[in-house]
Amino acid sequence: MTYVKPSFRHPEAPINELGRSRQDYEGGLSTLCAGCGHDSISAAIIDACFELNIEPHKVAKLSGIGCSSKTPAYFLSGSHSFNSVHGRMPSVATGANLANRDLIYIGISGDGDTASIGLGQFAHVVRRNLNMTYIVENNGCYGLTKGQDSATMDTGTPNKKGDINMYSPIDLARLAIEIGATFVGRSFSGDKQQLVPLIKAAISHRGFALLDVVSPCVTFNNHSESTKSYEYVRGANTGMPVDFVPMRQEITATYDSGATCEVCMHDGSVVRLYKQDNDYDIEDRQSALEATSHFKKEGKILTGLLYIQRDSEELHDVLGTARRPLNSMTERQLCPGSRFLDSINAGLR
Amino acid sequence: MQAKQSINDFVIKFANVNGTGSASANSMFAKAIFRMGIPVSPRNIFPSNIQGMPTWYEVRVSQDGYLGRRGGIDIMVCVNPQSIKRDVAEVESGGYFIYDSTKPLDLRLVREDINYIGIPFTDICLREYTDARQRLLFKNVIYVGALSALLNIDFSVLKDLVSDQFKGKEKLITPNIYALELGHQYASTHFDCPIGIHLERGHRVAKHIEDFDNILMDGNTAAALGAVYAGATVAAWYPITPSTSVVDAFDKYCRRLRIDPGTGKKNYAIIQAEDELSALGMVIGANWNGARAFTATSGPGVSLMSEFLGLAYFAEVPTVLIDVQRAGPSTGMPTRTQQSDVLMAAYASHGDTKHVLLFPATPAECFSMTVEAFDLAERLQTPIIIMSDLDLGMNEWMSPPLEFDDNFRYDRGKVLSAADLDQMEERFGRYKDVDGDGITYRTYPGTHPDKGAFFTRGTSRDEYAAYTEDGAEYVRNMDRLLKKFETAKSIVPEPKIKHSEMQTQHGVVFFGTTASPAYEAIEILEKEGIDLDTMRIRSFPFNMDVEQFIREHDRIFVIEQNRDGQMRRLMLNETSAPAKEKLIPILEYDGLPVTARKIAGMIRNYITHGNVTPLTRRNATEEEMA
Repeated sequence: MTYVKPSFRHPEAPINELGRSRQDYEGGLSTLCAGCGHDSISAAIIDACFELNIEPHKVAKLSGIGCSSKTPAYFLSGSHSFNSVHGRMPSVATGANLANRDLIYIGISGDGDTASIGLGQFAHVVRRNLNMTYIVENNGCYGLTKGQDSATMDTGTPNKKGDINMYSPIDLARLAIEIGATFVGRSFSGDKQQLVPLIKAAISHRGFALLDVVSPCVTFNNHSESTKSYEYVRGANTGMPVDFVPMRQEITATYDSGATCEVCMHDGSVVRLYKQDNDYDIEDRQSALEATSHFKKEGKILTGLLYIQRDSEELHDVLGTARRPLNSMTERQLCPGSRFLDSINAGLR
Repeated sequence: MQAKQSINDFVIKFANVNGTGSASANSMFAKAIFRMGIPVSPRNIFPSNIQGMPTWYEVRVSQDGYLGRRGGIDIMVCVNPQSIKRDVAEVESGGYFIYDSTKPLDLRLVREDINYIGIPFTDICLREYTDARQRLLFKNVIYVGALSALLNIDFSVLKDLVSDQFKGKEKLITPNIYALELGHQYASTHFDCPIGIHLERGHRVAKHIEDFDNILMDGNTAAALGAVYAGATVAAWYPITPSTSVVDAFDKYCRRLRIDPGTGKKNYAIIQAEDELSALGMVIGANWNGARAFTATSGPGVSLMSEFLGLAYFAEVPTVLIDVQRAGPSTGMPTRTQQSDVLMAAYASHGDTKHVLLFPATPAECFSMTVEAFDLAERLQTPIIIMSDLDLGMNEWMSPPLEFDDNFRYDRGKVLSAADLDQMEERFGRYKDVDGDGITYRTYPGTHPDKGAFFTRGTSRDEYAAYTEDGAEYVRNMDRLLKKFETAKSIVPEPKIKHSEMQTQHGVVFFGTTASPAYEAIEILEKEGIDLDTMRIRSFPFNMDVEQFIREHDRIFVIEQNRDGQMRRLMLNETSAPAKEKLIPILEYDGLPVTARKIAGMIRNYITHGNVTPLTRRNATEEEMA
């Protein structure tokens, strides 16, 4: 099958503050299955970056291996991208971020890439509070190898062949909250209204931001008994509507029900959240864990911004690295020269 | 019995219990000899343990400047009853056995052919100190004091060393000097000092030593300094013996040199990763993003890093990896040395991969080759693996001073700037071989608003970095990588070849720490009328000099510290010279640095018996090995 991406765009297509149209944030044509949740997430990333007025070349996209990890090719073609090895994106992202702290790092992974082969690296990138947005496109199965069970698949649910999964699932959002993540959101690829502002908030967050996005696999895990199917998630999704209001912009969102909570991000922008429950404190880890398990027990999936720690030290703060990116240091700054070597030699005699 | 006599030429070994503070006393002993201007090479032979196990320290003193192990022990200083039986047995006939005579020596340990020197170390400590920890620590200083009398070490040199060692903790100087005096006094009042084997200042030493204002330094520290001088800003690592001290030293020098005086912020970042996979992933990420980054590990770490090495090779990301080799396979002997990662490193990872290897033989070369490795990595956009080993990395070697040319400028390779991209008329092709050398142009992320972005991937791609499964495109790319490897041959360090004064058809090949004992062995054999040309390999891929050396000789001994003759196999694999019958493996792999005597013995044995050994037998062995 040959795809040709149409180059035509409406002459009056909106442009952002950089004078760029949404088209400038697009990527190559997706080769994923028609209806794949991942494509909706790519579209949401495009919207978020367009609306946040981010320069595409100031973004670095990183991924591991799998269907999800192919998607960086489908958005932000003006950004450098690194499709690394299976489950190892966090380490590559860490090194890249150490080299240049001024870029925006968006990591795309899947449930196989993160919860199985990459669980170790995932846990440690969370611990280090690396300043990046980490999106897990979670469909409960291995798509690219044709539908094997993944570690996020719920206990007691069948796969496409009808085999029941008897292993207990890893809830990446809860795990991240437990081990110190400073921003954890959950969403659904089908809920663009919630996903786009969540991505914006995650990008604006200074530190590690996890978005665990349920993203149905239409080919292998979209059957009626799957808890990662469109049908199930639409029914079970208990979404906390999210607004992201950039700095200097008037708050105009219009939700009228539920308890509202506003979180001011370090850059001055505001995340406004409409909670289902007044007692839920999204700045308290325990409260966040209780809320997610409470909904889970009722057969629901709580989505939205689950937990945030506004003021935290990201990896560069902890290490005390220079404000200027390390990759911009000059030979003059870095090389001590022969005179110092003479003193080293003298000390070794 | 004839007691051995020699001046400035002997091997002394200390048998200690690890975790008792013997290491610093022993190193003071070696450094005192070094400061007396007498060539010395100390080696720790230690267990994978923190406290309570036998540990040894072997010091070679050689006026001729031989820094490798000689073989045999002339003097044993026994402070560990656990290992006393084997320690007695190891002393050469006519040698000396110095022991703690607080308790009488077991008669079963008495040999007729060696000299016993009993000093009541424990008794002296019990008398002088009340604190148990002090009794343990000062025992070490006391035996060094006794040795200073027995071997004629300049006492003022020892005093200076104590002052240097406790700079900032001056309170400790006097008690340490007192302990040295206790030992010195006991030995000089009870024995004829100095003994037959001893030191004398002012003797002429070998030219290759005399010509330099030498330093005493370990290879890991030298490599770390190399990384500092090369401008490395990111180090990611996972602790593993014997490489740990590389990043420790990098950290130490960065704290001195890389803290911004204005802000107090660091112009570097060091991450202790969760494992070696992650360590190399970080290094690749940082290099991809334009910082110079490296990691240091040992064999087990390289095994884990193989996946990422394949990615760096195929996606063409510069990477510097320091492999301080130890005895494998698996966990092997983690505190013993070997050169057994050669084949793994050369071909690490699945698919058709090959890596550039550098083989330093001295601390000075650990420094210079590490500096060079960063240039090579960026010029070739590929992993560069520095093949050190435990013997070089963790022991102090006498070495010419480290040198750095202030006119040297980093070569960051083919990187396009924003201005370059603006001037470009044609479309940027990340994997397009514009210059015909197999090396393509790259850009750092964030360089230009509209040009130069590309997709780095471990999957097959076309010249514009777009995914492709087209067989012809794949082959073109793989062949270009091979061309790049050919280009590498012209820029990696050339081998050091020395021709014998007499015309000979026989050659010897070695690399890394095998060089010192090998050169000594060649001199031993030369005196016996066996002349050999030598080639010290310093890098892989092999250049034409290596091919030519093989062609020019009928028989070549390849000396290496592994079981399978890995360098020999690499030479068979990677040179076009017909070599299979010429290359004779000379192997030592017991985990201790190979000795000159052993090498000389093996070559002598081959040459003297070689004529009667049918070549077919040698061939048969080769078939089995292949």
